[in-house]
Amino acid sequence: MSTATDLLPAARGGTGTKTGGRRFGAFRLFGGQSSGGESAAKRVQFSSPFLPYLFLAPQLAIIFIFFYWPSVQAIQSSFYLEDPFGFGSTFVGMTNYTDVLKSGEYLGIARFTAVFTALVTFFALSIGLLLAVKADGVIRGNAAYRTLLIWVYAIAPPVAGLIGMMFFDQHIGPIVELARWFGWDIKVGLNYFDTAFSMVVVSVWKQIPYNFIFFLSGLQGIPVSVREAAAIDCRSGFRRFWTVILPLLAPTAFFLLIINVTYALFDTFGVIDVMVKDKAANNPITLVYKVYMDGFRGNDLGGSSAQSVILMLIVFVLTIFQFRFIERRVHYN
Amino acid sequence: MYRTKIFDHVILMFGVFIMVAPVVVAFMTSTHEAADIHRNGLSLTWGGHFVETYQTVLTREGGFTGKITGFNMMLNSMILGLGFAVGKIVLSMLAAYALVYFRFPLATFFFWVIFTTLLLPLEVRILPSYEVMNTLKLTNTYTGLIVPLLASATGTFYFRQFFKSVPDELLEAARIDGAGPFKFFIDVLVPLSRTMMAAIFIIMFVYGWNQYLWPTLMTTDEGFFTLVRGIKQILLVWVGSNIPDYNEAFALAILAMLPPVMIVVIFQRWFIKGLTESDK
Repeated sequence: MSTATDLLPAARGGTGTKTGGRRFGAFRLFGGQSSGGESAAKRVQFSSPFLPYLFLAPQLAIIFIFFYWPSVQAIQSSFYLEDPFGFGSTFVGMTNYTDVLKSGEYLGIARFTAVFTALVTFFALSIGLLLAVKADGVIRGNAAYRTLLIWVYAIAPPVAGLIGMMFFDQHIGPIVELARWFGWDIKVGLNYFDTAFSMVVVSVWKQIPYNFIFFLSGLQGIPVSVREAAAIDCRSGFRRFWTVILPLLAPTAFFLLIINVTYALFDTFGVIDVMVKDKAANNPITLVYKVYMDGFRGNDLGGSSAQSVILMLIVFVLTIFQFRFIERRVHYN
Repeated sequence: MYRTKIFDHVILMFGVFIMVAPVVVAFMTSTHEAADIHRNGLSLTWGGHFVETYQTVLTREGGFTGKITGFNMMLNSMILGLGFAVGKIVLSMLAAYALVYFRFPLATFFFWVIFTTLLLPLEVRILPSYEVMNTLKLTNTYTGLIVPLLASATGTFYFRQFFKSVPDELLEAARIDGAGPFKFFIDVLVPLSRTMMAAIFIIMFVYGWNQYLWPTLMTTDEGFFTLVRGIKQILLVWVGSNIPDYNEAFALAILAMLPPVMIVVIFQRWFIKGLTESDK
């Protein structure tokens, strides 16, 4: 869940329904619409010629060594063809990129990644929302349901993958037996579609609690007065949800959309790695897994770096797209 | 009205079932013998081999070199989780303090230098990060395991938001009392942030404990394996054997999820607060 936590703070503006006027410091940060409030945090501040640098130094040192240096290196080595035996490298310009983008295998994996991400995001969000709406409506037992529904959050993706493997196991898996009843012979690891299906199921299962927590706190932050007004205005519960509650949840949903897309792109690595067990041959994998396979198994440094850079660009474009375009459709006030 | 409530409960219970059942089944199955599981499949009943299986998993020296026990892996996971959480809190509190409470040239520049790290997850720069670690000779060390994971500004963001919500009057009062930057930080800000620190600690511990990709790359020496990273090793061994040790695989999975799950369940109020609370 690396990116999940990485983007988390954005939610603190996103779910701030309690405070009335919601603040979107985080969103503005990325959208470039900062209202100048970033630096003018405090009316009174200390001024010292060296202290702030001293406090910043540890974090900056780590960021430079472990974030900027590798990022720059990824971009650099994506233009080189590295000798697998370590005898230097040759500048090859855009060759690594054109090789990657022309490869049918890569495009197939990109297509799978897109479908996988869409499915995981859609199901994790909608099931999380459904459960949150129901838990919000139930007064008695609310805390018990909450406890029972959130703890799966703490399970690591590869551990979830291991449990999923067992449930989809040829010999002992109950899901396989269940599917057999309906005449579907699930063969995870052999059949492309079946493996993809099990990956989506496990990834969604793992992500539901996260969405549930955010939707539930978003719902519980909606003021009672608004709910009462809505109850008077529209009788039908569904219509009330659709026209009043859902728009109020939109900032939360928007934030979760980003988190879920990044989750599906990156954090499902553990699930996939455990489920395909290094035998990517006929199994569906995502782009991140391909970077890993080419870099560490195939020793193709240039190709792997080029793929890393392509992924970086995808993440950048996604983020900008989301903040620039989707944000406008969401009503914050 | 009444009927919809029952329907709501049905949906919720079904949701709870989906979320809970797999783990309960995993636990129950882990108490059976491997051959028994192979014959009868997963189980919802108590198999009676709880002590043996878990003892084996915790104390048997496994892996290819026979150097690592489940207990050692648990210890490594604990070091990673704690080290990461504590490191994150210390680094980000200091950085956030500088950004919020000091006026200095280049403040905006450093703000952006730190916050661009939110955009790119470690996964997209794994290979170059690994090379950097090789250059610095940090593979198979706890430093190499923990420190690179700290290179993202999540915590700084949290604390920055939190510090901004602290009333200005506190600083004014402290200054009138003659408190310098260190004194203000230690005597006022740190005690004020206690709940915030607890919430972040929980989230970060779970995050650190659950790391997979980075430990997989960083540790080739089995003495440094964590439980979550060990999962893969189990599977590799498992593939080759006649009757797979399903029970041991499940037992390790249960052990690997136990500490983070317990922390989330026990401290769920802080956990949810840390995740979702808005800035005041």
